Amino acid sequence: MTSQTVARRAPSGGGVTRWTMRGVALTYLFFLLLLPVGVILYQTFKHGLTPVWHALTTSAAEHAFLVTGEVAALAVILNTVFGVAAAILLVRHRFPGRRLLDAVIDLPIAVSPVVVGLALILVYGSNATAGGWLVRHGFPIIFSLPGMVIATTFVALPLVVRAVMPVLEEIGDEQEQAAATLGANALQRFVRITLPSIRGALAYGVVLALARSLGEFGAVAVVSGRIVGKTQTVTIYVQQEYQNFDQTGAYAAATALVIVAVVSLIVSRFLRPRGGNK
Amino acid sequence: MSALPSDAAVLAAPPVRRGRTWSRPAFGPALTGGLVVVYLSVIVLIPLGFVVAKSTTGGWSAFWASVHTPDAWSALELTVGLSLVVALVNLVMGTLIAWVLVRDKVPGRQLFDTVIDLPFALPTIVAGLTLLLLYGVQSPIGLNLAYARTGVLVALLFVTLPFVVRTVQPVLLELDRDMEEAAASLGAGPLTIFRRIVLPTIAPAMAAGTALAFARALSEFGSTVLISGNVPRQTQVAAVNIFGQIQSDNVHGAAAVSTVLLVVALIVLVLLNVIQRWVARRD
Repeated sequence: MTSQTVARRAPSGGGVTRWTMRGVALTYLFFLLLLPVGVILYQTFKHGLTPVWHALTTSAAEHAFLVTGEVAALAVILNTVFGVAAAILLVRHRFPGRRLLDAVIDLPIAVSPVVVGLALILVYGSNATAGGWLVRHGFPIIFSLPGMVIATTFVALPLVVRAVMPVLEEIGDEQEQAAATLGANALQRFVRITLPSIRGALAYGVVLALARSLGEFGAVAVVSGRIVGKTQTVTIYVQQEYQNFDQTGAYAAATALVIVAVVSLIVSRFLRPRGGNK
Repeated sequence: MSALPSDAAVLAAPPVRRGRTWSRPAFGPALTGGLVVVYLSVIVLIPLGFVVAKSTTGGWSAFWASVHTPDAWSALELTVGLSLVVALVNLVMGTLIAWVLVRDKVPGRQLFDTVIDLPFALPTIVAGLTLLLLYGVQSPIGLNLAYARTGVLVALLFVTLPFVVRTVQPVLLELDRDMEEAAASLGAGPLTIFRRIVLPTIAPAMAAGTALAFARALSEFGSTVLISGNVPRQTQVAAVNIFGQIQSDNVHGAAAVSTVLLVVALIVLVLLNVIQRWVARRD
């Protein structure tokens, strides 16, 4: 009995080791994560809610929230459609170049947001062939909404695909084949069988993509031109207000983004696929 | 019995349905595949290709000259150096945090477990502002790291925190403790058990998480912008340097530094892929 207790306790280390490890880990998390977030919440709300409300309802701030919402919504829609299509393609079909396609989808994770912005300027800027043609035909990409949507789409690209793929792999396609033999067409099979079974994972991926899109800064900062009241997003608003010494405005908008992040974190925790323990 | 009707239906159906199920997938996936490739090309591949192409206009010597300006070169050196430190700290702290979360039933574990992901959800500029507030000029705890390399390091540690924790944690959760208990009953000390039993199992996950943290630190921009103060040759990291060059219309220089970052990140990802495939084969 005693030897068993000893044996069971031994792997997690003795009392001193355990307390040291616990202390070091929690201290690190406290000073790196909890304290900074606590301090910004304190700074924002130390004079109550009224100044925060005023800071968030200036026309520049309101417009920034509108632009961010618009850009994020479009980027998420694009990435959701693409994400589901790419996931189905990669899981259910074997074709030459499949491995390469799989690898390319992860590329945006490793690319600096600033490089994303530069890349889009080089292709779609008014000095480039494609970009110049688009500008002459009244469809400018850089320094306007389409460029910001493409930049945001780029950085959030892998999230939906990677959320949906494991679930698609797990469910297999027996049900779909059965439905096909019973005469269901591709659309019916997708809407009635595939979609319901990937619903949870898809929602999880969409929340992650939305959080990422709402928070994008570097890529959008490069392609937007950061025009106040026009192409200024909330993250750019935070930076510019801070640099213009409007700390109240910067902290209020930053806190709004912190709240959005925390909410999406909690929602994604509930949605995260848990089954299978993989 | 009840299965019979549907069996009959399946048996009766194939001759008619077969043709349809064959023709559909042959057309459907080709179309989907085409659209997926076009989408990836327009948004990711062609733009990145343009960056590499731009950096090589003027040949190798022009590329080298752009990369080797004092500002760009020290930004790259600083970025790679800081990213290595970040990778190392994450390797140790990330594994430790994962261990404490899984093995040590800390009170408030649920809270910490949720909070770990915050750096992924928080916009980078907000992360930077937050850290600057705590570790800046007006630091309430009297620790001023603004406009210093340590400040940039803290920002990078913040944004990379979840990588190692989240790759190691699931492996630790699945780890069968029978072997550790057997080793302990045979007289092995905690350190030996960790080194001989736990470490070999979690090492690939540790490596994967560390590689991702390194790649992320290399490319980080938003969180370092405010806290670094953007001092060339002092605190300016590569991404901030690229941003400055774009602003001053030096597109070739920006593309050259970007290409270096892309190549290093690509090498890391390929290595990671090799590790993962090696582990998959070993299992």
